[in-house]
Amino acid sequence: MELRAYILRRLILLIPVLFGVTILIFALLQLFDPVERAALYVKDARQFGNIDEIIERYGLNDPVWQQFGVWFNEVIHGNLGWSKVVSMPVTRAIWSFLPATVELAVFAAPLIILGGVFLGKKAAAHKDRTIDHITRAGAIIGWSLPTFWLGLILLMVFYGFFTGLLPPERLSTETSILVNSDQFIRYTKINTLDAILNGNGQVFLDALRHLVLPVVTLTVVNIAFIMRLMRSSMLEALGKGYIFSARAKGLSEKVVINKHAGRNALIPVLTVSGYIFASIVNGVVVTETIFNYKGLGWFAWQSAINLDAPSVLAFALFNGILFVITNLVVDLLYARIDPRIRLGASVT
Amino acid sequence: MSGFKYFLYQLRRNPLSIAGFVILLVFVFVAILAPVIAPPPEGHKNIYQIPRDGYSPTPQPPSEEHPFGTTQGQYDIYYGVIWGTRSAFQVGLIVILSVLLVGIILGSIAGYFGGIADEIIMRLTDIFLAFPPLILAMAITVALGPSLNSVMVALIIVSWPAYARLVRGDILAVREEDYVQATRGVGSSHLRTIVLHILPNSIYPTLIMASLDIGAVVLSAAALSFLGLGAPEGYADWGQMIQFARNWIVGPSGNPFAYWYAVAIPGFFILFFVLGWNLLGDAFRDILDPRLGKS
Repeated sequence: MELRAYILRRLILLIPVLFGVTILIFALLQLFDPVERAALYVKDARQFGNIDEIIERYGLNDPVWQQFGVWFNEVIHGNLGWSKVVSMPVTRAIWSFLPATVELAVFAAPLIILGGVFLGKKAAAHKDRTIDHITRAGAIIGWSLPTFWLGLILLMVFYGFFTGLLPPERLSTETSILVNSDQFIRYTKINTLDAILNGNGQVFLDALRHLVLPVVTLTVVNIAFIMRLMRSSMLEALGKGYIFSARAKGLSEKVVINKHAGRNALIPVLTVSGYIFASIVNGVVVTETIFNYKGLGWFAWQSAINLDAPSVLAFALFNGILFVITNLVVDLLYARIDPRIRLGASVT
Repeated sequence: MSGFKYFLYQLRRNPLSIAGFVILLVFVFVAILAPVIAPPPEGHKNIYQIPRDGYSPTPQPPSEEHPFGTTQGQYDIYYGVIWGTRSAFQVGLIVILSVLLVGIILGSIAGYFGGIADEIIMRLTDIFLAFPPLILAMAITVALGPSLNSVMVALIIVSWPAYARLVRGDILAVREEDYVQATRGVGSSHLRTIVLHILPNSIYPTLIMASLDIGAVVLSAAALSFLGLGAPEGYADWGQMIQFARNWIVGPSGNPFAYWYAVAIPGFFILFFVLGWNLLGDAFRDILDPRLGKS
């Protein structure tokens, strides 16, 4: 009962934020002149020959609030404008680049989360011993590393020194010819998954080989945060009374650490998973740029340096909405797992 | 001041914080002494513009004339990283000071007056916090037209909400204290109460934490510069120097690390700069976190 009320309340609170997000994006669009903004309403490259007509038709010189109505109506219908960089509508571009980024995230996220939790737990269980010092030092260095620099150094070693071992981009030339031919069916455009569905080992290995460095780059930079958080929340949990009594009744240290302390220590990690999501998304832009890995982040970068207003702002809008929804899901999960939150919420 | 002394004592006790402090001290000296250790050549107009020695794209290895070599376009790496230290401090300080100013003003209004003002300001922070920060900063930089100033404005716009919230929380914690009521009682204006009585008693932890975020700000600015949205070409800026190096990660066959200096050196400067702030920040966090109270 309470959970349902909580969900409802959160959903209602979502509306003004999403509305605010679109207003912010619209406000940024106003910094471009009408000719550049015309690309927002283009649905076919040929229309660029007739920019004045678009400016007239969509009232790009009208008062701002009228323009907002027109623009908002287009956005609701999924029309986000024309991307000059890839010569297709922005919405289609986002969908076509999304699978590559999903693939990257699906490989990196478990490594970041499970790895971070595991290392943080280990460090806390062995506080002030060698493993603790090593993980802490690693965390603080990982946290200070510029992602783009780490990526370049990795390429220098694993692409330059070990010639061509772990190359940039998504697939090597021969493989991508194969993938784009009739013999290979692209069900999802997620290369590794498609390779499995096609039963093609060569494509699978090639896709994996291209994923290693971007995944490592994303992981090293993001794992540090979870590791630190898990360590401190684990230390706090280990100081609690129920740990004392668990040990007193003779439970093995393994059970105490993993079940009693570990599970409780996970709650703070769950609360920041929204933040972790944002941090991975931030990292994706830089990582895809370094490795020429053609996903959403690469598309955003290309659009940014070409000052392609509709694409960059559509990308920001897309991420804003995604981030808001992620945060909502995290909060709901949190309420589901920890009854204290739910009960607290129903009082206010 | 016994609290402050305890604080310094804690800081001295922690070897990592001393390491951080020393690293930052070195950077401060480099920034101050830049004109001495990397003097601009005669008749050089803009000291932040890296002098170039020819126009060949291929980086040249360290030599007598160029202690760290030259990067793509024959820009002197040594000059670039030394003056880049100055640009890093400038970006970090300008962004953090502006963010603090905005954060303190809006956070004070929200925390002190509560009600509708609080509601509006907090909903506004919700909207800005609804984006992954670097993505929003990227969009703002593009909208303003890529330049170092746009990068700074963008970072200010994406960072103020977090500080406004912190300051609001600080103020809520002391708003109902007796001394605040007493000050109001003897006729002190709202502004006077906030500036002279509430803020000095509540925001030091936030101020310290904010100043330590300079490292993070510089890292974000470098990332935007690396993406090609920052300083104009040839400006002494670490992020841009790494972008120059991007095409030279693989040397000619037989010598894979031929251009290592172009990639590695600017990266080390960013890494150590950020590391210095983070080491110091880590120590502060331990000291300021009341839950870990070591007293």
